[in-house]
Amino acid sequence: MCSLCGILGCDDHWTNAVDRPGVYTRNRDSQSRRSETLRRLNAANSVLSYRRLKLDLWQGRSYVLSSPTGASSVFEALSHLWPEAETLAGRDFDPLDENLISWMEEHRS
Amino acid sequence: MTPVILLTGFLGSGKTTLLQRLLTDPSMQGAAVLINEFGEVGLDHHLLDRIDDNVVLLKSGCICCTVRGEVADALSNLDSMRTRGEIDFDRVVIETTGLADPYPVLQTLTAHPVLRSHFVNGGVLTTVDAVNAGFQVEHRAEAARQIAAADRIVLTKTDLADQADVAQLKRRLSKINPGAKIFTTHDPVGSLVAGFGAGDHVVPPAAAPQQHDHVCDAHCEHDHHHVHHHHDDQLGVISFSLIIDTEIDWTMFGTWLTLLLNRYGDRIFRVKGILALKGEDRPIAIHGVQHLVHAPTHMENWPEGPRQSRLVFILEGLSPDLIKRSFAAFTGLEKVRTAA
Repeated sequence: MCSLCGILGCDDHWTNAVDRPGVYTRNRDSQSRRSETLRRLNAANSVLSYRRLKLDLWQGRSYVLSSPTGASSVFEALSHLWPEAETLAGRDFDPLDENLISWMEEHRS
Repeated sequence: MTPVILLTGFLGSGKTTLLQRLLTDPSMQGAAVLINEFGEVGLDHHLLDRIDDNVVLLKSGCICCTVRGEVADALSNLDSMRTRGEIDFDRVVIETTGLADPYPVLQTLTAHPVLRSHFVNGGVLTTVDAVNAGFQVEHRAEAARQIAAADRIVLTKTDLADQADVAQLKRRLSKINPGAKIFTTHDPVGSLVAGFGAGDHVVPPAAAPQQHDHVCDAHCEHDHHHVHHHHDDQLGVISFSLIIDTEIDWTMFGTWLTLLLNRYGDRIFRVKGILALKGEDRPIAIHGVQHLVHAPTHMENWPEGPRQSRLVFILEGLSPDLIKRSFAAFTGLEKVRTAA
């Protein structure tokens, strides 16, 4: 259930779509699901660390986002990651921001 | 899954007239129709329901839950009636209001927990008034969004407009949305919806870059060896392509595009693409309208030409070069260029 709006089944995000004919997804079986979840955490954290946030799994199905001050937020749907991160950081995550781009260029190299 | 065709277009652009013609085509005999206004059109045996503009934002900032309430209710009712055997239909046509942004309806189909199991986006058909479109796209953002969201555009009232103006309008529409096929009301009505609902609308334009419907001439600003990179100065809407020659990491790509649409989904009217992913032999198609991205799909074969990823953006007020740089920074890929 979506923790923000209360709608059931809100976690069919396009990056992690429910497995069905014709659809590309890595959400196929438990092994591929776990592997992709770890990759997704790493990818998100490579951006979140720009504002010193960290994303982890919470009880295997939800996500917990935490800040260095101890604040945290739990949510089920991946689509809520960036709105939650911006709320927790109190600032935007703007992928077209020159500073963030430079930071990503530096840290990915 | 029942395909839902969205019929949209600016006020007075001929949506209802086109709907009336569409419903005479044999392929549309099994269509249920949802309209937002009761017009003068006799729809006889077709199913009617009334939808009022009613966008319910259940939680501010929670984009996935922007549900167009009465559309959802109407579709749910249709599905329930079909389940009870009271009616039967094989597709649904929704005619939006002239001022409607198509995005919330498409979002409803994807995000609604029940509807998404029964209905699928069958394509967006946008009517464009050949006489008045010039003014509308310059001054009305709704018209631009409807054009950008289109899989197919139907030019109406072409017999009332100068043919040179019609040709110019076609070129302009191709600049705004290079992926949309352009028809006129003189085309056979069956051709307007042929293949709609079969999923062909999700094939990105990059897969078929030479399928232009306009007649190219000396004034045409593109060539057929490059993907479009156009700018409509009056509208501020541009279309351009990112071309990536190396394989893409799916996870990082998803992180980047999700982040981009979170911040700029209201300015990115459309993103379509074909992706060459690490570890995948077949191409993957993605298709998004504003904040909404449909589930990616496998394509059977690569289009002719080099095996490369191509992403087509239709957007307003954002720099293609900055998007390219951002993409490269996030994915760590160097061989990224914008089509020019």
